[in-house]
Amino acid sequence: MEISELYADIIMDHQRNPRNYGTLEEKDVEVHTTNSSCGDEIFLEIKFDGDKISQIAFHGHGCAISKSSASIMTELVKGISKQKALELSKKFVEMVKIGKTQERELKDAVVFQGVSQYPLRTKCATLSWHALEEALKRTAV
Amino acid sequence: MNCLPKSDIRESFPILSTVFDDGKKLIYLDNAASTQKPRCVIERLKRFYESENANVSRGAHRLGNIATSEYETARDQIANFIGANPEEMIFTSGTTESINAIVYGWGEENVKKNDEIVVLVSEHHSNFIPWQQLAKRKEAFFKVVSVRRDGTLDLNEFKKAITNRTKVVAIAQVTNTFGVIHPIDEIVEIAHSKGAITVVDGAQSVPHILTNVKEMNADFLAFSGHKMLGPMGIGGLYISKKRIGEMRPFFFGGGMIDRVYNDRTKFANPPQKYEAGTPNVAGAIGLAEAVKFLKKVGMAEILDHERQLLEYSYHKLDGINGLALYGTRDLEKRVGVLSFNIEGVHPHDVATILDFQGVAIRSGHHCAQPFMRYLGIHYTARASFYFYNSVEDVDALTDAIKDVKERFS
Repeated sequence: MEISELYADIIMDHQRNPRNYGTLEEKDVEVHTTNSSCGDEIFLEIKFDGDKISQIAFHGHGCAISKSSASIMTELVKGISKQKALELSKKFVEMVKIGKTQERELKDAVVFQGVSQYPLRTKCATLSWHALEEALKRTAV
Repeated sequence: MNCLPKSDIRESFPILSTVFDDGKKLIYLDNAASTQKPRCVIERLKRFYESENANVSRGAHRLGNIATSEYETARDQIANFIGANPEEMIFTSGTTESINAIVYGWGEENVKKNDEIVVLVSEHHSNFIPWQQLAKRKEAFFKVVSVRRDGTLDLNEFKKAITNRTKVVAIAQVTNTFGVIHPIDEIVEIAHSKGAITVVDGAQSVPHILTNVKEMNADFLAFSGHKMLGPMGIGGLYISKKRIGEMRPFFFGGGMIDRVYNDRTKFANPPQKYEAGTPNVAGAIGLAEAVKFLKKVGMAEILDHERQLLEYSYHKLDGINGLALYGTRDLEKRVGVLSFNIEGVHPHDVATILDFQGVAIRSGHHCAQPFMRYLGIHYTARASFYFYNSVEDVDALTDAIKDVKERFS
């Protein structure tokens, strides 16, 4: 594997210009998740419209992998239902674990397949997704 | 067994000739986390398991005698290496266990309500949390003394923090984050002048600086074998004669008794009193072999070599835009640890990209979150040298750092 595969253009783009970065004025849930092995942390905020994730934002500090993964995650789940978001999360976590996926729904997030070769870095890629799962769990009906 | 370092010292370390599948050579710069092992240590372990393996101080058979004799000889040699008498040193699994042993063996007995326990903000978690938690249990005060931003200690500030109520001063002689050497003799003197006992975390100093516990005059000194060429899972704790009488056993079981009755137990004398259960015999013997190797290389030469590499690193890296180098610039107060950050790049990414070049460094909070928080940084990247590192290793490091800067610019 080459550096340019792990730090693909799309990852570098999202880490330089993270989408949905910041805070929400109105939110239904806020989750703070940390990666104890490195100290990275993410604050994830979500506003729902019924069952749908209508607005989502994150901030915190983390590496290129965790920041870009959070950015791509927020783009993927914005506008979809809680159930759908949970399904995506499971698929993403599975992909990072085994290093491959057939799931086209993961779209740009498939770029993180290569992270599986770096067991210590997989937590970076999944941090924001775990925050999402926690947020959905807390707001489950 | 020939343990003479070869003229090319690197040849004594099999792992240093590693070439990875992608053709990249290993450049090992994570020595503050763990050092590599010379062939003689590896072979010593093999010899123990092939021809000497038995439990110690138990049976009367030949192997048991050999193992016991080798184990106690190892204690003599390692105690001697830090200037201690053998009966003043117990074997532990490493610094963390050693410090916890002080807390449970001495602290539980002697620290009382309203006493003060003093540490520095720059301590490793293993010399921080055990004391913080002891203070909570005893309703004692846990005092965290600040250091300067370059990691050095202002002795006047330190002096002010020590009062007649201070019971314990627990300080690392060398910080694992920036490799800053604290003036341990003065620290011990100040603490003793107020009647406090002194605990020295030697994890990062014993492998790099000639240590003499009698000259240092500390009450306790903890260290780890794997950071000084020895096997993992073995370390030591020096306990001064005065303090050893104030301790109670904190682990109970085999090997630590004189007589056991239904209603009471008479314990063995130290050090056995504090070594319950089957010890890490192979580890102790391997560490003794490592200590022999270090003595032959020479502790003064080791520190001198690390300083040269550090100076060379500064020569190559100083002044690069957006590169922060941490720790005092007075390199006489440093061991070979180089903590740094590249502006806008998370150190985990730095470490991963360096790893693509075969360069192994550490990144993160270095188990020193209170210090990182105090400095307002979350983490650093850290390269740490040992005597087997070369100028070429530093070149590989500095080239890789420049590569990271370009990729993320």
